[in-house]
Amino acid sequence: MKEKIFINARIIDPSQNLDEKGCVIVDEKGKIKSIGSKTKITDTFPSAEIIDLKNNILIPGIVDMKAFVGEPGFEYKENFRTLSQAALAGGVTSIVTMPNTNPIIDNVSMVDFITRRGRDKASVNLYPCATLTKQMQGKLMTEFGLLSSRGIIGFTDVNTVVQNTETMARIMDYASDVGVLIMQHAEDLELSKNGCINEGEISNRLGLGGISPIAEKIIIERDLTLLSEFPCRYHINQISSELSLDVIERNKLKGKKFSVGVSINNLSLNENDIGDFKTFLKLSPPLRHESDRVKLVEGVKKGLIDVIVSDHIPEDEESKRLPFLQAASGAIGIETLLPLALEMYHNESLPLSKIIETLTINPAKILKINKGTLKKGSDADICVFDLEAPWVVKADKLKSKSKNTAIEDRKLQGKILMTFLNGELVFNQQ
Amino acid sequence: MAVIKNTSAIKNSPKHLLGIQNLSIQEAKKILNEAKTFIKLNRSKSKKLDILRGKTQINLFFEPSTRTQSSFDLAGKRLGADVMTMNVINSAQKKGETLIDTAMTLNAMHPDLIVIRHQDSGAPNLLSQKVNCAVINAGDGRREHPTQALLDALTIINRKGKIEGLKIAICGDILHSRVARSNIYLMNMLGAEVNVIAPKTLMPKSIERLGVKSFTNMKKGLDSCDIVMMLRLQNERMQGSFIPSKREYYEYFGLTQEKLKYASKDALIMHPGPMNRGVEIDTKLADDINVSLVKEQVELGVAVRMACLKIYCK
Repeated sequence: MKEKIFINARIIDPSQNLDEKGCVIVDEKGKIKSIGSKTKITDTFPSAEIIDLKNNILIPGIVDMKAFVGEPGFEYKENFRTLSQAALAGGVTSIVTMPNTNPIIDNVSMVDFITRRGRDKASVNLYPCATLTKQMQGKLMTEFGLLSSRGIIGFTDVNTVVQNTETMARIMDYASDVGVLIMQHAEDLELSKNGCINEGEISNRLGLGGISPIAEKIIIERDLTLLSEFPCRYHINQISSELSLDVIERNKLKGKKFSVGVSINNLSLNENDIGDFKTFLKLSPPLRHESDRVKLVEGVKKGLIDVIVSDHIPEDEESKRLPFLQAASGAIGIETLLPLALEMYHNESLPLSKIIETLTINPAKILKINKGTLKKGSDADICVFDLEAPWVVKADKLKSKSKNTAIEDRKLQGKILMTFLNGELVFNQQ
Repeated sequence: MAVIKNTSAIKNSPKHLLGIQNLSIQEAKKILNEAKTFIKLNRSKSKKLDILRGKTQINLFFEPSTRTQSSFDLAGKRLGADVMTMNVINSAQKKGETLIDTAMTLNAMHPDLIVIRHQDSGAPNLLSQKVNCAVINAGDGRREHPTQALLDALTIINRKGKIEGLKIAICGDILHSRVARSNIYLMNMLGAEVNVIAPKTLMPKSIERLGVKSFTNMKKGLDSCDIVMMLRLQNERMQGSFIPSKREYYEYFGLTQEKLKYASKDALIMHPGPMNRGVEIDTKLADDINVSLVKEQVELGVAVRMACLKIYCK
């Protein structure tokens, strides 16, 4: 590979508190050689390839902590190839994949399969999760040690919770010793049973069972109580309501160490968007009241929420063209993650650097991976975007194999121009 | 309090009768006025008309029903339509066919009307997007049961001469009731004041946002009410999961002579049926023709459904 020099870039790298005009040099091995305003182009090889970014923004490749790849078992919804294409078109270079496949990833042989398959078919950095409990039944813990030694980045039961407190206590106790990352789906299943959207006026009008925000809060309260006793690496996948935020604030103030994620959907949409039973907006956790959404955005601003995820869940039409209660939950979103997040910059609710931080260095730190940064010597995973370019989301233009976007026809501002993986151009908007 | 309109984008296209929400007051009144003309006909010796001759009406019932189904059946026949009733619980669904596929199959037979009852809220909306004919909602999940509310309104108008200015209490399992929801919207729209009364566990959260006052006490909730609508309490909800027992429910929420005294002197009782005598209503009270409108509700139900079929069949 030839050396690459990005010139006329606005570099934003929150891992180095960087937001300045300058250039970036990537060496022949695809590593960052030099970055920032002080970088001089003269001290490089004359053979270097020069890329003029024309004052567009250059950031570390995005790290998405929650996405579903259909393999194995749901190849008709998404596969490694289509997920990679969608991710790269969205500036995402590292993906944490969910284990609720078929078969479920809860044993070592499945991990070997998925890493081999991913290596052959995917063109992004994949970080697979395994389930927290065997068959996601919330009863028996999986082999945390063995699985992580084979490359599992974290443990999660994705869309279900370990309901039994004793089991959860043991899991956290064991995990605190092994040092693995626990990623909890915070939803008390007894409380949320029969519910499919936020409990309140909309659920009354639509005649749908409601999920109270208490169902989320109670699991967070429980787990954070356990965390005092068993200080493991603990992450809450997604929160959705103001109630949860209060608990999180209280615990973070006490100095407890844990991290919190939020889906871009819960930051950009509310329950009103469900309208006349739009099943593409059936999500888990559910979209809540506008006041919750506003508080979540504030939570990101205050640093109570560490990461924004796409919660990319591809579903085919058959799973969605059903009465609301029967329809599958989830929406695709990896390709629109950054542009949709930029909405919060354009409407002045979040600073740009904060948005980038939650998409790059914060998830990388939680995962303990050397990504999400452009420090000298790191992999040159890079996303270049135009902050201002307007466009309209059209499902059939998206690269994901499934087309269940929650933001069809949404007018966005901010467009990914190029994505680089280890210094190689892997997506080019032209 | 006035009805809150259009907080969610629920649209009732004039082609279908999916719910009372966003049915305009003119549309509601049109149905009621039309229904009035059928009351007499239904009481006469020759009940058959040919307004819908040559039209096909399919009753698509995914949930067991006796009165609504027979009422729609009769209504269609009295207007001269060819009526076919399908109980889908026993056929397509068992074979794993989706609602959409069932809809497409029926659509291919060129019906003019589909009357649907489904256990899932929103199923009629989904159906209406996929067929070319008019869809009439005969009850979906806990969302709406528009023709029940319309027949209740007609029954009240028939007895009291009006709805505007009346005070109406709806008592019982509000949480799971589509009848309650449709009635809240319609009675509000027609200018009544609505109280809902239920044990807290059977009262939906933020129900006040639908424009009602909520009570957990019959004495307070029934105070000076002109109409008392009782709702059916499902058996499976009586045994400790929502309320401690049938006995306790009857004690505090069952309608008895004594409790009825809290309401206005000439208060009338309604019930969408089927009744649990001795659970939500005292059996004598239910049969007291001076106060109970239960039979009249069933009778006028046919007239209301005839009106709906006539108006929506184009």
